[in-house]
Parts: sequence; structure tokens; C-alpha cells
Amino acid sequence: MTDALVLLVVVPIAASLFPVALGGRFERIGWFVAAAMGLVHLGLSATVAAQVLESGVISYAVGGFEPPFGIELVADGVSAPLLVLVSLSTLGVLAYARRAGPHSNAFYSELALLTAGISGVFATADVFNLYVFLEITGLATYALVASGRSPRAALASLKYLFVGTIGASLYLLGVGYLYIMTGTLNMADLTGAVASVGYTSPAILTSFGLIVTGLLVKVAVFPLHTWQPGAYAESPDTVSAYISALVSTAAAYALVRIIYAVYTTKFLDEISLAGDALVALASVSIVVGAVLAVMQSDLKRMLAYSSVSQFGLVVAAIGLANETALVGAVVHLVGHAVMKGGLFLTVGVFATGLGVRTVEDFAGLAAKAPISSAAFAVLAFSMVGIPPAVGFVGKWNIVVGAVEAGAWSVAAVVVVSTLLTLAYFGRVIERMYFTAPEPEADAVSTDGGNDAVEVSFGMRAVVVVSAVAAVVLGVLGSDLITVIQPALEVYF
Amino acid sequence: MIDLLTTHYNYIASILLFGIGLYVVMGSPNLVKKIIGMNIFQVGIFLFFVTTGYVDGGAPPVVGHGEETFVSPLPHVLILTAIVVGVSLTAVALALVIRIYDGYGSLDEDVIKEVQVDD
Repeated sequence: MTDALVLLVVVPIAASLFPVALGGRFERIGWFVAAAMGLVHLGLSATVAAQVLESGVISYAVGGFEPPFGIELVADGVSAPLLVLVSLSTLGVLAYARRAGPHSNAFYSELALLTAGISGVFATADVFNLYVFLEITGLATYALVASGRSPRAALASLKYLFVGTIGASLYLLGVGYLYIMTGTLNMADLTGAVASVGYTSPAILTSFGLIVTGLLVKVAVFPLHTWQPGAYAESPDTVSAYISALVSTAAAYALVRIIYAVYTTKFLDEISLAGDALVALASVSIVVGAVLAVMQSDLKRMLAYSSVSQFGLVVAAIGLANETALVGAVVHLVGHAVMKGGLFLTVGVFATGLGVRTVEDFAGLAAKAPISSAAFAVLAFSMVGIPPAVGFVGKWNIVVGAVEAGAWSVAAVVVVSTLLTLAYFGRVIERMYFTAPEPEADAVSTDGGNDAVEVSFGMRAVVVVSAVAAVVLGVLGSDLITVIQPALEVYF
Repeated sequence: MIDLLTTHYNYIASILLFGIGLYVVMGSPNLVKKIIGMNIFQVGIFLFFVTTGYVDGGAPPVVGHGEETFVSPLPHVLILTAIVVGVSLTAVALALVIRIYDGYGSLDEDVIKEVQVDD
């Protein structure tokens, strides 16, 4: 009955072949294959979630080789909700892409491949297998970013490829050190093996440094974020939404898994520098990301820098080694995916319908597109952390965890970041609702709107659904926490 | 020091490759050379893995060789997978380079920056 877990990876990989294979005969088959894949993926992830709710942890030995010798896939209270999130994001993005495109069959193949890679990162319990899935995720993302036709998109994608590959290679080198010292690659097996080698062993410390640095590149924490704004801003809106929702989230989840399942909190207690360094780096990232976001005039770039700041929050919570903060980090991962994905899609709706892309252009937008503007405002306020939305639940737990751990500086940084978040979203919302549109700017935007695509019902529906989801998730926050908490308790 | 060189030359070689690759990726303005650098960087890691599997006097882990000690085959298997990943990355990178050349007419980062500013 645990087959559903492995099918979460196998189905998208198999599905990724069809759009390209059948593309010569049926021109528009890609979307239908991807939609079918998305629905099957949702069914499978719901099955996995139901099993996890019933029995706690489920595991699957790939190919019948028993762990620790074979590759093991595991789903628990943390990864199951994230797997459901992958399915729902995929379906949401597909509903948007039906009209907005890109329409090529290759795009849908790459999307399916990315779904497979991310599902794999969430499901695997093997450190080398994690490398492979990270690279599948990476490869699919590089191709997706470049699916915007401009040479700028290709350049942003190549930059991402260089930085991403170096990050993944550092991770691989770290895995090499771990394997040399312990002789195993299974995460559960590594927990004891690393402890018996000794946390102060230079090779173990080196492996920790390499693995964490490699994953932080993928998470895009300042100063390792250089690839991220270009990649988010230059790719098509559909792609920006999907990768901002899931790719960094997958890397951040991998970071949680590696630090807590492999190195454990005992390592963080003994080597206090490790946690302190993470928290310090993350705090800088929170502030610098937010300040850079305030400075941007292009809306997609602003949202990209906002992600640098928000993932700083998550990494800070990981470094605190406090249970409440870690729960907050996972809630914020889920919340950020919904909010940021939704925001990118909303910006896409504005860009397609009205041709506006910069903060300047947003003046008086609320009168022209009241529903999308309301959705944008809800998502933005949720990101700021206003209750009852999900952004509040995540940030609240992180702050409470920071106070519990006695890290007052982190609590202060989170509060400051909330104000900065308000600063960069506030100026956009102020323009949308309270600034009269300039007549000239209006004329330019209608000329500039040479995308002949009309905003479809599906595109608007996804935007509204994501805004509603951000609030509903916030209201149901305590239920989400009761699912997540048991899986994280075991680490403490 | 000499002792370290003679006993650990394989590790030193892989770290050298690692450093050379990283230097080329960061230092060269030419995009194709950056890709070559990335490959050298990865090969450094691959060789690091491969050399860790070696056991002094070990036989290949093949049935029928009848020796007592075998070299560890697992790092080699892992690296076969990593090589496949590396090849795919190179392929994607080269495809992107073709598109960049079509768009800007150059592979030199500095020239591309100038073209972008002129746009």
C-alpha cells in the first residue's frame, strides 16, 4: 500500500515523455497530459497523506532492496502536506497556463519533470538520492526559466545553471565526506553513524559546511541569492509562480531534513557555531533581501527579493534548533509557497490584461481590475503577517520560538522584517488603491500590451483561490501544526 | 609535507582540479570557457569519490576473482549517476549558449553587458 509514495515520482517522470513524444502528431496535447498527471499526482499525494495521518510514518524500499542498503522513500507529517502542496500548486499553475502559456509541448514535459524532481526531494530518505532529485529539479528549472523567448531569459538561466551546479556539487562533495566517514547514505542510518564518529571530527564538520552551503545556494539566501532575481524576473509568469512556490521550498525542506535527521540537535548543541552562523547569515538575508525589495521598480524583481528575505526567516528558524521555531519554519514554507505563487500569478494577470509590470504602472489599478487587486492585497497583507492569514501563523511561531530559545536578536529582526515587508508591499497597494492613474502612463500601457492573450476565467480563478487559500490556511493553522508537530518532535 | 604528497597525491590532484574549475567559472568572461570550468570542477569531485573507493591491494569486486579484500564499488556506482547528471547539465548549458549567441552575437560576458545596456 505504500506504492503511492514511489508513484509520486514515477508518474510525473513517465508523463514527461508524452508531450514531446506525441507533440508531432497532436499539437496541443501537452496541457492535457500535464493536467492528467496533476490529477493523478493529487490522488497519490492524498493517499499518502491519508496513510500518514493514520499510521504516522510510511516508508518504501525502492526496488525491494531493504534500507540501509537500498534507497528508501519516507513520508511523514512534514513531507506529506508538502507533497499535497506540490500537487495543488501544479494544478493551479496548469489552470493558469491553459490560456497564458507557454504553449509548447516541451514546456509541459519540463513542468512534469520538475514535479518529479520536487516530489522526489520531499520523499527521499537517502542523501545521494537527494542529490539526484535536486539536480533533476535544477535541470528542469533551468530549461523552464529559458522558456521565455528572450536572450535575457537564456542568460539568466545560464547564470542560474552555473551557480546551481556549483551549489549541488558542494552538496555532493559533502555527501562524499559523510560517506567516507560512515559508510552509509541512508538518513536514518546516518543519524547514529555520525554520532559514533563524533561531532567534532574535522571530516564531519567539513561535510556539514559543504552540504549546508550547497543547499543554501539552492534556497537562495543572501549572499548566495545572485541567481534568483534574474531567474524569477526573466522567466514567463507561469514559470516564476511555479518555481518561486516550490523550488526553493524543496531545498529548504532538504536543509531541515539533513540538519535535523542526519546531524541532529545534539550536533547543533555541541557545535554551537554551526547554528549561530546559520542564524547570523539568515538575519542578514532577511534584512538585505527586504531592503533590496523596497528598492526595486520591476514588480517581479521585487517579489524575487522578497523571497530572499522570507527564506531568511525559514533558515533562521532552522538554525535556532527550537521546536516551535521549526514548526513555524515548515508552516512558513507552505504559506510562502501559496502566497508567493499567488502573487506572481496575480502580477501575471495584471501584465497580461493591462500590460503593467512596474510599481509606477500600478497607479489606480484597483479601479480597473478590482478582483485581482483585492487578491493581490490579501496575499500581500498575508505575506506581511497580518492575522488571520497564514503568513502570521508562520512568523508568529518563529518569533515565539526565537524568544523561547533566548535569541532576542532574531525576534527583533523578524519584527523589523515585517515592517520592511509592509514597506515594499505597502507602496504597491497604496498606488493601486489611492493614486489616480496618470493619463500618459495609461496610454503607454495599452500600447505596450502587445500580448494578444485575454485574461481567462481560469487565470482569475487561480488568483482568487490562492488568496482564499492563504486566509483559510491561516485559520486552519493550528490543525496544520497538529499534523506537522509529531514529525518534528522526534528531532528534539 | 613530502610524506603527505606521496601518500595523498590523489586527493591533492582532485582538490587542484576543483580549484582550477572554480577559478575558470568565476574568472573567465567567456561563457563556453565557464562551462568547461564547470566540467573540470565536477570532474574534481568525481575523482575524489572514485579514489575514496580504492583499497590498497584490493581486487575488483567481481565474482570469481577470489581475493580476500575488494575495492568499494559503491562510490563508483554513485559517480556513474553523477556523470550522467553532469552530461545533462553540459547539454542544457550548451543549448543556452547557442540561444545567447543568437541574441547578443557574442559569448563574452562584458560585451553582452554592453549590449544589454544599449537596449
